[in-house]
Order: sequence, then C-alpha cells, then structure tokens
Amino acid sequence: MLEHLRALDLTDDQGFLAGKILADLGADVIKIEPPGGDPSRALGPFWGDKPDPEKSLWWLAYNSNKRGITLDIESPAGKEIFLELAATAAFVIESFPPGYLDGLGLGYDALSRRDKGIILVSITPYGQAGPYRDYKDSDIVVMGLSGTLYQTGESDGPPVHISLPQACLHAGADAAVGAMIAYYHRQATGEGQHVDVSMQQSAAWFQANAVPTWELSHVILKRAGAFRAGMSTGTAQRQVWPCRYGYVFFNVIGGRTGAKTLSALTAWMDEEGLATDFLLRMDWDNFDMFTVNKDVMDKISGPVGEFFRRHTRKELLKGAVPRGVSIGPLSSMADLLGDECLNARDFWQEVDHPELGKTLTYPRQFARSSAADLGIRFRAPLVGEHNGEVYKELGIKAAEVKALKQDGVI
Amino acid sequence: MSVAKDIARREGVFKGLTILAFCWAVVGPLTMKFFADHGATVIRVETTKRPCTMRTSAPYKDNKPGLNRGGYFNYFNANILSLSLNMQKPEGVEIAKRLVKTCDVVMENYTPGVVEKWGLGYEDLKKLRPDVIMLRQSGYGSSGPYANLPAFGMVLVPIAGLPNFIGWPGKEPLPVGVSAYTDCISPRFATASLIAALDYRRRTGKGQLLDFSQFETAIYFILPGVLDYVANGREPERIGNASPDACPHGVYPCRGDDRWCTIAAATDEEWQTLCGEMGRPELAGDARFKTLADRKKNEDALNEIIARWTKERTPEAVMRQLQAAGVAAGIVANAADNLADPQLATRNLYWEMDHPETGPFTHLGQSFKLSRTPARPYSPSPLLGEHTEYVCTELLGMSDEEFVELMQAGVFE
Repeated sequence: MLEHLRALDLTDDQGFLAGKILADLGADVIKIEPPGGDPSRALGPFWGDKPDPEKSLWWLAYNSNKRGITLDIESPAGKEIFLELAATAAFVIESFPPGYLDGLGLGYDALSRRDKGIILVSITPYGQAGPYRDYKDSDIVVMGLSGTLYQTGESDGPPVHISLPQACLHAGADAAVGAMIAYYHRQATGEGQHVDVSMQQSAAWFQANAVPTWELSHVILKRAGAFRAGMSTGTAQRQVWPCRYGYVFFNVIGGRTGAKTLSALTAWMDEEGLATDFLLRMDWDNFDMFTVNKDVMDKISGPVGEFFRRHTRKELLKGAVPRGVSIGPLSSMADLLGDECLNARDFWQEVDHPELGKTLTYPRQFARSSAADLGIRFRAPLVGEHNGEVYKELGIKAAEVKALKQDGVI
Repeated sequence: MSVAKDIARREGVFKGLTILAFCWAVVGPLTMKFFADHGATVIRVETTKRPCTMRTSAPYKDNKPGLNRGGYFNYFNANILSLSLNMQKPEGVEIAKRLVKTCDVVMENYTPGVVEKWGLGYEDLKKLRPDVIMLRQSGYGSSGPYANLPAFGMVLVPIAGLPNFIGWPGKEPLPVGVSAYTDCISPRFATASLIAALDYRRRTGKGQLLDFSQFETAIYFILPGVLDYVANGREPERIGNASPDACPHGVYPCRGDDRWCTIAAATDEEWQTLCGEMGRPELAGDARFKTLADRKKNEDALNEIIARWTKERTPEAVMRQLQAAGVAAGIVANAADNLADPQLATRNLYWEMDHPETGPFTHLGQSFKLSRTPARPYSPSPLLGEHTEYVCTELLGMSDEEFVELMQAGVFE
C-alpha cells in the first residue's frame, strides 16, 4: 500500500519495529548502518548460537522487508549522500540520543530547511526534552518508570520484568503510527514535522485501570502473581492454573462474557463427571466478580482446578473452541508454530536466506488486507547488501562508490 | 457548548474524517483514540441493552456504580462520540446503514459473526458504500478455527506465549500485571495500517477490508523468542530479573512500603562507577565481580550487596544519584508515581477534563508527540448516548418528528 513512499531507517534495536511496520505495509525502507554494520547486530541470541552479525535474531526479526546500506553519516561526504537520499524520502527514522543529529547538522531544523515535507521520527528512552532526557536506559529501567513492572510479579516478592525487551516495541509501533499521522497531514498540506516518541511514555500509555483506580478509589493496583489484581476484596482470584504438563490461564469473571464461558465450562466438566452440584446450581448470569467471597470462590476453584489438572494444553484448547469457553493455555513456542488457527490463517511464512541455502520461519503479516499482499518479500539485509543498487539509483558511479568505500564512508 | 459547536471547533489532521465504530472493551477505543484525538469524528455505537463491559467495571466515582461513572471506561474514551442504538430493532440497523453511507471507515472488534448478523459484513457494507474501508480487530481474526471463540486480553496474553518470559526459574509463569496487555498492541498496528488504507483509497479510489487478530499482533512482541525456537529449537526459560548481557540487572528494595528501584549496569565501567556511588570502591577490584562473567557467576551475592545499599534509600534518591553518575537506574513507578512523574508531565500523557457526571477526571492522552499537529483533548468521555440526537439530526438530517418517533419506539435504547 505504501510502495510510493521511502523511509530512511537509522535506528538501532530501540527503533527497529517502526521501519518494519512501514516496510511490511509496502514502503521502500532503507536501513542505514555505519560502515561495518549496526552494533545491534551483536545482540543475541544468534541463529546457530554462534555470534555472527548476519545472524542476530533481533536483527532478523525486525528488519525483514528493509533494504540495507552502509554509510558514515558523521563524515562530510557521508553527510552529503545522506542529505541526497533524504531528499528522496518521506520519512527519516532514528533512535540516537537527543541532540545527536542536530550536532551533525542533520537534525529536524536542518532537514526541514532543505525539504519542508520531511517527517523526522525520533525514538528515545524518555523523549527529546524534559528532566530525564539524558538519563541512561535499559529496558528494565524504562519499564519500571512506565508502571508495567510494578504490577508484575508475586504479591510477596519484588516486581518481575518481562525478560524480552518491550519498551522499544511499544515505542517502535507508536513511531509507525506517528509517522503515518504525520504523513496524512503532509499529503494534505505538504508540511512535514518532527515525531517525538519516548519509550517510557509509550509503555506507560497502557496501564489498564491502574490510573483511574488510584484517582477514584485511592487504591494502588499491586502485583498479584498467579492471581488477579483489582477484583474482589473478599477473596483472591486465581488466574494461572496448572494443567497436565503445563499451565492454563483462566479467570472466573462476571458479565455476559463470563456467564457464557462459565456455563459452558460447567457443562463440559459435567460431561466428564467433574461438575459439582454447587457448580451446576450456580447462577452465572448474576455472578459478580467484584463482590464474590472466599467460600464461593473455593467451591469454584476446587473442581475447576481438578478439571484442568486432568487435561493437557492441547486438549483444553481443542475442547474450548467448539464450546465457546474462553481460556488461555500457555503456548510454548512449539505450540505457536503448530497452532491450528495460525496455520489456517497462513500466519507463518518460510523466508529464503539464499546466502545460507536455508529458510527460516517468520510471521507473514500483522494485517490481512483485501487490497494488498503484506507478506515478507525478502529477509533482513546483510551488511551493506544494497549499497550497489541504492547508490546507483542515487546516480553515484561505480568508481565513486569504490573510492567512498576506500575512504571508509560506505 | 452544543455538540455541533464542539465538533466545529475541533482541529487536527483527521478533521473531516468520519468513522463508525462498533467498539467493545479496550482495543476498539484505543484504536479510535488515535483518530479522535487528532480531530476525526468517531461515532461509537453503544446500547443501554448491553453496555460495554468497561462501563460496568470498577472503579466508580464515589464507589457508586453507574453506566457513566466507570473510571475504566472514562479513562479511555475522550473525544469519542456516543450514539445509543438498539441493533435488535430493524430501525436501529437501518440507521446504522444510513450512517455507513456517510462514513469513511467502519471499525469493529466484536466476536466475528455479530456484524454479519446485522447485515453489516464487509460485502454488505460495500453495497452501501463501494469504497468503504472496514477494520476488524477480534481476538483471533475473522477467519480460522478460533474465529468465533470469545476472547479477551487476559486469555490472549498466554495463548500468544508472553508469560513464558515472566517469572522465576523453576516457578510458575506469571501474567503481565497490566491486565489485558495485548489490548494495547493491536491498536498500533491497526492504526498505521488504516492510515495506509486511507492513503491507498485517496490514490486509487478503492476501499478494502483490513483484518487483525490480537493473537497474531501480540506475537510480534516476542518475535526474537519465537525465532530462537525456530532457529535453535530453544524454548524460553524464566530468568526473573536477570539479563544475559548485564549484571547487576535487577529490581532492588528501597526505603518505604513496597518501594523498589531498578539498576542495570551494561559495562565493567558502569559497575565500577556503581561501586563508588555505593561507597564501596573496594568492590570494583573484588575478583568475584571483575568481569560480566564473574558477576553473573556471583550474581546472588552481588544483588545482596546492592540491596543492602538501596534499602536505606528512597527509589527517587537512588535514581537521581546513579543517573547523575551515568548508571541506568529508575524508580519502579506505581500509578500514583506515574501521575506525579516530572518527565511524563512534559509529555502531556494525561488530560484532565471535567466529566459531566464525575467532575474533574484524568483521561488518557496520547502516547507520542507530534511537533506540528498535536493530539488534543476536546471532550471528556461520552455519557452513553450523549451524541445520539446530534448524529441523527445533524449528521443524518433526520427531522425532529422522526427522531422523537424512533426514540419512543425504543430505537435509541
């Protein structure tokens, strides 16, 4: 859909996802790395477990559908080439520390003087200004400042971090949204702008009902481990249940959704002789998860827990689908690859890595469009893989490219 | 201010764009927020017969339940208009169909099958407006074997595999504490795609159907873990707050009730700086802690030393001191800390607006800043049906007589 648009992607792992979203929507995204390759190519794990800049799984995951060139934007010649390239692009996406591009004379003011339509998208840990602007970051630090970390973990222990970095993904996805909103404006007016994305803010954006619960009830939502926070004060409500060889997530909830699931689950348990009289007599339509007491909760949890313990994840999912029971068996990575629904929707795609004579399985697309195929066209670029074609498109002669290479510019 | 005046004064990138939104719970409004906060007219179809589950969820103002008093709903629905329409009545469906003709986009995140039952599936919509763009965003997508399975975030988080990455070694996996975490993932992918679809229509005249699965978009947030399995056959292990690439790396107890800070040292130099800041310069030369490999081997002892130091301090003091010295550290913020955070305050993340039933109330603002066309608070979250008359009489041009007649027939319940 965005084939007519070009983006220059200067980001490291803190911003990969932004360009990936635009690239999957069809844009010509050119990843610009310093000569020798982006330092984030050193991030593990690696395909085959041996450190190799061409095999970082973080790199491969979020850079497919992008072309890649090397360019030293700090050198005078590199700067010139970058500006020429920027003149062909709608977007420049970057994740340098605030002020770095300004220092090179490549910040928003400089870029927009040459092209008032340019959209500069900046992704930083805290934002382009403000008291934390120059603070150091790490995903655990940013997730801590966002509010997510505090709410995750066991009630009697410290907050627990999600071990795969998340703040950069919230921010990267937001950056793509910001870029597209800015583009919508540019298309109508010809004006570009500066999109300023903060990882802290992006991760803080969704804290479910924590902020209104504090504001209206003066209650701080705390972590509750395997239980669910913010519900009845009369009893704890289990959320993580052991099943046979794994875990299943299930909430005893109220409302229409809850009533539907709980009646269907009770009927299912009854088929196997595990529904107690208490469960069969329950009026699920009027079950209130905010006022339920411990006695009732125990009488539900006992037999339901027993039912789960007797079944594997697969059995539970297979049984839940036709019965309309909303439960969440915890998928292993193998479960995801073999998932019936994902496979029926053709979610996984084998992508060629021709230089290795191998393929690797990736998610095909995050959206199904009736107008365009949004699948993966090609894998993430090797270091400098598209130098030849991109510099040729720019009108730089082969001999010149060679000289620039000798000078360490590309 | 009259509704018409309120709409007329709105500005923003999407001024003039109209979206008919059949939203449920969080995913729908969060997606629509991006548009409404930038000036689009977003008409959210609701009904008193089956109000959105967020309207009937705690917390309530003064702990008094009421459809317009729910903090969860009111936090997420600023700038959105509410049309109350009873879709069980043929006249209700008829009004929805009239609206489709005037709207650029139809968005829905019900369980698949619901809009089809009303005759508002994509093929039906195309007959009403050939270049319509339809955005669907259910739990598992509108095709495939799970399509009709009801879903919500707390179930989608484990189905997408996220808890494999949360918890302590040998202990049970944990949910993301922010419940319904997947609800904030899909809206970003959907919004970027929907704007691309609007641009595509501008250039080609063609509409389209965009179908999202919250299950699928959530997998993009653990993709390196999935690829580690595909490439190396490795399933994730729970590692608590540790990191293979940094040590110390963790959450440490601070002075006060349930107060914590984070500290992460990525290099030997940062570790040495930390030793100095803790008043323990001798630790920098301690053979147990010299290199990352040494520190990883003796991580428990290291964490104990740090915890002894942090326990005497507030998280704010740890953050200020270590950040000034160039070591990554922060407070572990709860909701009250978020509201008081001086950095977030510069980012305009929260919008206080006067809500007609609950008074001054903090609404969620936007997640990033645009220099030229900022998102703006125009109106507080709507009362159920607050904009019904405006939509019917002003947008559809219904006569007052017709409106009253339909109202008496229960069409706007």
